[in-house]
Amino acid sequence: MGPLIPQGIIGEGWSYVIAFITGAFFGMILESSGFSSSRKIVGLFYGYDFTVLRVFFTATVTAMIGLLYFNYMGWIDLSMVYFPPMYLWAAISGGLIMGLGFIMGGFCPGTGLCAVGIGKLDAVANVVGLYLGIFLFSEGYAFFEKLYLSNALGDLRVNEVLGISSGLFAFLFASIALTAFIITAWIQKRVKPVDY
Amino acid sequence: MDKSKSYINSYLGGVLLGLLLLATFYINGRGLGASGAIKDSVAATVNQLAPEHAKESKYIGKLLSDGEKPLNSWLVFEVLGILAGSFISGALAGRLKWKTEHSPKISIRTRILFAGMGGVLFGIGSQLARGCTSGAALSGSAALGLSGFITMLCIFGSAYMFAWFFRKLWI
Repeated sequence: MGPLIPQGIIGEGWSYVIAFITGAFFGMILESSGFSSSRKIVGLFYGYDFTVLRVFFTATVTAMIGLLYFNYMGWIDLSMVYFPPMYLWAAISGGLIMGLGFIMGGFCPGTGLCAVGIGKLDAVANVVGLYLGIFLFSEGYAFFEKLYLSNALGDLRVNEVLGISSGLFAFLFASIALTAFIITAWIQKRVKPVDY
Repeated sequence: MDKSKSYINSYLGGVLLGLLLLATFYINGRGLGASGAIKDSVAATVNQLAPEHAKESKYIGKLLSDGEKPLNSWLVFEVLGILAGSFISGALAGRLKWKTEHSPKISIRTRILFAGMGGVLFGIGSQLARGCTSGAALSGSAALGLSGFITMLCIFGSAYMFAWFFRKLWI
């Protein structure tokens, strides 16, 4: 059965309509969860608001278990589901640079776009910066190329690397998420509230 | 409306986002994204201003082979959807407003400057890691990709690591 578009079950012509509708739901969920506010987002890093952690972990666990269930029922071919290939040093260095950008800017690309949608001017600056950053990377590709392509490990799955089944991994991940929810609720009660 | 409606429950938001991501995987075979659409628009702009230079680029040149139009991409339409969806949600909740949100301890100029610099860094980092918080960390992890987990840990770990240095911007 699924995925539908890569297997031609839904025609290519529909894909942009579906893309727009998907994005609209994405934007609505992000905005109504509070991700149009940078001060709410960075609460995660100062302990006064853990909304990002709750939404992010719940969404990852939901989609992960859903995918495994769909695969088990034969509704989706998991081997056709894309994820970025593993280039170890590029993933690490890219992640570290993004984290620095996150604490300086208060938005990631998705939440920045979401905040632009309701008129946040700091988010406009963030998206302009994002555009410039990608332009700089593209123009300076010769400089980044070695790092970008080093340690190519291919399409590695996390459970394979750990040597456990995907179901067990999902169970462990969900347990970590639940533990994090409990601990962060405890922390939030003890951190001085920030008015924003 | 003098007081904006409050946000939805975080866990409900998470379940809805997870179901949306699952549906996206089911329909499209890949998850959600954000920075990829900006990459497409960078490619389109460079192609418009300097077509020879763009086609020779070892990075964005791939998006322009055989006269392909980078703006005709799934992610570009998805991102237009994000703007529309966020606008609808903000309108329903009374949150539509031109505004620069910043801590009272910093000026609007400082906020705009750091928001812009954060964007530049996110732009560079997302290209290195082949995806941002949406495409690599969220979608990649949900699909059990190792790179997604590593990128997620590095993004959040690094933000915690640098949080102390930038605390004056926020608290």
